[in-house]
Amino acid sequence: MIEVRNLYKKFGDKQVLKDFSFTFQQGKPNLIIGESGTGKSVLLKCMVGLIELDAGEVLYSGADFLRMNFKERKLIRREIGMLFQGGALFDSMTVEENIVFPLELFTDASAEEKVERANSCLKRVNLENVNHLFPSEISGGMKKRVAIARAIAMEPKYLFCDEPNSGLDPKTSILIDELINDLTYELNITTVVITHDMNSVLEIGDHIAFLYKGEKCWEGNKQEILHTDNKQLNDFVYATKFLKNFKDKLVKP
Amino acid sequence: MKIFFNIGRYFLLLNKVFSKPEKAVIYRNRFFQEVNMLGIGSLGIVSIISVFIGAVITIQAAFGFQSPWIPLYAVGLATRDSIVLEFSPAIVSLILAGKVGSNIAGEIGTMRVTEQIDAMEIMGVNSAAYLILPKILGFMFILPFLTVISMFLAMIGGLVFGVFTNAVTAHQYMVGIQYDFRPYNVFYALVKVVVFAFIITSISAYHGYYTKGGALEVGRSSTKAVVYSSITLLFFDLLLTQLLLA
Repeated sequence: MIEVRNLYKKFGDKQVLKDFSFTFQQGKPNLIIGESGTGKSVLLKCMVGLIELDAGEVLYSGADFLRMNFKERKLIRREIGMLFQGGALFDSMTVEENIVFPLELFTDASAEEKVERANSCLKRVNLENVNHLFPSEISGGMKKRVAIARAIAMEPKYLFCDEPNSGLDPKTSILIDELINDLTYELNITTVVITHDMNSVLEIGDHIAFLYKGEKCWEGNKQEILHTDNKQLNDFVYATKFLKNFKDKLVKP
Repeated sequence: MKIFFNIGRYFLLLNKVFSKPEKAVIYRNRFFQEVNMLGIGSLGIVSIISVFIGAVITIQAAFGFQSPWIPLYAVGLATRDSIVLEFSPAIVSLILAGKVGSNIAGEIGTMRVTEQIDAMEIMGVNSAAYLILPKILGFMFILPFLTVISMFLAMIGGLVFGVFTNAVTAHQYMVGIQYDFRPYNVFYALVKVVVFAFIITSISAYHGYYTKGGALEVGRSSTKAVVYSSITLLFFDLLLTQLLLA
């Protein structure tokens, strides 16, 4: 479980996060949704320490990440897997080397064991025969799946996904969503997904926070989101005419 | 004020770079990769430049020494001292600041803007040490060898073109390059290139590591890396010459 309390972050004069508190539940995909520029990615980067917060607490299983020293943070980070928006695979390494990379640095496993682990992770994300290809030789969807395979290679306790569907077609997006969802339940990890894709919200949104201008202005799940009275959230969810008509029919059948 | 900010951040980065590595064997492999990429990969350009500059120095020396009072072997002597004291250590390093510096800043800068460095940090890897330390040590190790090769090839270039253009005889040239030879000059040159290698790699890596934005900023970082490492290199060339020769 990850708990964040009263997070504040300012860039210059712009208050990006304002008193944000939320509990990310273990064994469930926790979604942070909101329009572009509302501070979703900043929130995620603050939670993993890539950006320093101005104030607040980020508790990993009760331990405050922000008060940890460099060594303690490194230990926590080894329990974190992260899927970046663009995949962030290492260009100079093959798919297999990308997955083996953290294992090489932090485990004493033999070369065969590491390759075996890489193969099992690739199999888990439904990829085969790509071990010796470079990231530039595979598609966007495959890159995301390799990034997930790399993220789970160290058997993380926490999985962070920054817009896992960006740049993907709807069918591949659903595959990625299902994969994240299945892995979360299967490995009983705390998953944090940043997204503004409503398909993802309705597919895997078991626990959702809606971020508006840096503040949490709604919390619930995918069933509740369709019937909310929150104006900002309604504007976000029913952004198109088609969806507005759909909602009218939903309310007045 | 920005210059003090950059100097401070540069030394903080160096502190991170020289912290204890996660696993020594990985760094050893990376060290040899960098020796190969930065050093062996530069052998071609160093060889070509050295041969031609050696030839030009010889022809220029012969042109300048057209006096019955100056012995012909002075051409070889002037060529040797120009090459050993300045051309091979400083000018070759300046050229490599362009090649290696832009390569390092471009590579690390691209990794930064594509979040590859963030991915390393999230894994708990000291990205600064993993990416930069092998480059610094690898280039500090290989540049003295490149410099010695450059000295040798420049003198060969001088000999071949000097004889070919009738600027000097082979015998006079050989006498000249051996006349009053001081091994200390080679030591001085090698000390300089070790410092230059550190300057080129660390400053270029600094500009790459703190790149913000996209492709345009990566290009800007590469340019800054070459400009700042070249200027710093020239400053240290002057400083070390004063300290070691004066």
